[in-house]
Amino acid sequence: MNTVALTNDTMPLPTAKDVSAASSKDQPLDIQTIVEELKQASQPVGVPFLDDPKFYTRDVDVFYNQAKQAIFGVDLDIGKNEVIAMIGPSGCGKSTFLRCLNRMNDTIDGCKVTGQLLLDGEDIYGKDQDPVLLRARVGMVFQKPNPFPKSIYDNVAYGPRIHGLTTNRSELDDIVEDSLKKAGLFNEVKDRLQSPGTGLSGGQQQRLCIARAIAVSPEVILMDEPTSALDPIATATIEELIDELRQSFTICIVTHSMQQAARISQRTAYFHLGYLVEVNKTNTVFTNPQHRLTENYITGRFG
Amino acid sequence: MSNKTELVRASLAKRYAREKRFRFWGLASIVLSLAFLAILLTTIFMQGLPAFTQTYMKLEVDLSAEALGVDANAPQDKLRAASYETVVMNALTTRFPGVTERKQKIALKKLVSSSAAYDLQAMVMADPKLIGTKQTVWVMADDDIDTYFKGNIDRNQPEADRRIKDFQLTWLDDLEAKGEVERRFNVTFFTSGDSREPEQAGILSALMGSFYTMLVTLLLSFPIGVAAAIYLEEFAPKNNPFVDFIEVNINNLAAVPSIVFGLLGLAVFIQFFGVPRSTALVGGLVLTLMTLPTIIIASRAALKAVPPSIRQAAYGMGASRVQTVFHHTLPLAMPGILTGTIIGMAQALGETAPLLMIGMVAFIVDIPQGITDPAAILPVQIYLWSDSPERAFTEKTSAAIIVLLFFLVIMNLLAVLLRKRFERRW
Repeated sequence: MNTVALTNDTMPLPTAKDVSAASSKDQPLDIQTIVEELKQASQPVGVPFLDDPKFYTRDVDVFYNQAKQAIFGVDLDIGKNEVIAMIGPSGCGKSTFLRCLNRMNDTIDGCKVTGQLLLDGEDIYGKDQDPVLLRARVGMVFQKPNPFPKSIYDNVAYGPRIHGLTTNRSELDDIVEDSLKKAGLFNEVKDRLQSPGTGLSGGQQQRLCIARAIAVSPEVILMDEPTSALDPIATATIEELIDELRQSFTICIVTHSMQQAARISQRTAYFHLGYLVEVNKTNTVFTNPQHRLTENYITGRFG
Repeated sequence: MSNKTELVRASLAKRYAREKRFRFWGLASIVLSLAFLAILLTTIFMQGLPAFTQTYMKLEVDLSAEALGVDANAPQDKLRAASYETVVMNALTTRFPGVTERKQKIALKKLVSSSAAYDLQAMVMADPKLIGTKQTVWVMADDDIDTYFKGNIDRNQPEADRRIKDFQLTWLDDLEAKGEVERRFNVTFFTSGDSREPEQAGILSALMGSFYTMLVTLLLSFPIGVAAAIYLEEFAPKNNPFVDFIEVNINNLAAVPSIVFGLLGLAVFIQFFGVPRSTALVGGLVLTLMTLPTIIIASRAALKAVPPSIRQAAYGMGASRVQTVFHHTLPLAMPGILTGTIIGMAQALGETAPLLMIGMVAFIVDIPQGITDPAAILPVQIYLWSDSPERAFTEKTSAAIIVLLFFLVIMNLLAVLLRKRFERRW
């Protein structure tokens, strides 16, 4: 945990924040106070807005079963070909927000999303937006590797098949090979494309899931803690992969590892209790956080 | 520290004793149930296995034209009507000369089954040239004789209590001594329908009736049940009072006494829709009603057991709901669904009560040729035979139970095999 935190402690804190940071160390953090403070803030600290963003979200609220609100008024822009990391304590709503971006929340009963979410200016929750088409444009990789219990080939070919992206077998073969190469898995599995995808190791399975997601050439890939079930070596492989994929895709990644966020992302968003607290260049967030909640989190004072 | 050790040690003995007691009771109940199963199977097999053999008797028949009343050139219908019974009777009186008393003559005639005359008829009609020759044939013995040779009649009992009298015993001893009786495999049991004569009664009509009934049941209940389960599990809105109401009712239906389904079938299918009674069609319809809740509940459980991560993966790829269900969820749930279906079918195969209500308890000799022919089914056949007064039907009853158990075991094996075949890990 603590390379980032250590660096941070050695850095001189900005004078403007001295007072609040000092007081936060002494005072116990009262949830009521925090919530009040977050409610008051009209927009996140830092640089939440961009010109010509890929995703444009304003005032997003998410409710589970009417009674429980998971996300409160999130305003965030996500740029093209950037890797944005979403961090925060468990239950802070970062995964929920991620799942709004391709309407995966639709599959949860009683989940209601309000506010404005645009993908390239198109309303994601608009009446004429088809979730099937949306998910072909916005792919997703999950926390636990979840390849289909089919062959490696069929796993990757599934998306192109259901969306009718190819007309013949050789085209499909090309897509499968290309996707596996992009996911850095091809050399390991080229001799056993017909063996079951579930027989691969955890890290390979996750790369298979990434290959499966990129096989339909999405514009965005959402990753929900993609390496939390993997060992450090597999994690490193995936992180390298994410860096390469940035050339062609926009990537939103939810992670619990702050080092990972620091290593792979250009921007970082910090969520707390369902509020988006701070968004900024990753470097800035980790070396010079503007909000005391962010600072407390990245220095390991809570979370 | 030592105090704590003491405390833990004191409780240890109690804990281990409890564990020991629990293991003892578990083992005891398993042993007890195995013992009952063993007793059940032993009784059934002891009683039933003899039914798979049948006593045959050697008969020297004189197919003379005088005795038959026809000659070799007679047309078919004359041949059919010839007096074969006389030939059989003649053969018996030749074998046991000197029987004059009327009661003994009747007993003599009843040494062989009434099917003997039909066997001769078939033989002569196939080859009329046999007329005028002498032939040695083996014919089925009567059920009482068969029962005696199987050791089920005690010759030490007082004569008045015996079905076989002393004079018959001398005949039988003579036959046995000269090797003119033989136990053979009972083909008739597997090739003919029910009969009033135990030695001629067979299981085939009941078997075919059960087959057609199960066919109708499977073809209706499997698709309907699985479709209902898929809808309820994957498509129906959750936390909807109407859907909850349907769920509660399906679960309750599984517990409804089966005879109620029989009454329903009688009222709806036979009275209202006019489906012919006593047929495999109406039997299958009634058993479908009975099997549906089982299949729906098992299929829903199987669908529920598919890990949500697979559904998420499919949705994440942009698969529609139907694609998700048919490409991923359903194939993964298939082993469970098939197991549930086969258990439901096995239940239906053994079901008697509802079928009594729709007239499937009739005495059916003909082998049903389709789902609209009157048919008996195995459990009803067992019920009918167990109710028959003839001693020989006791073993037929057990034999029919063995056949039924055989098919149940086959179905359960099939369930295991299918599960192995379709099982995929994720």
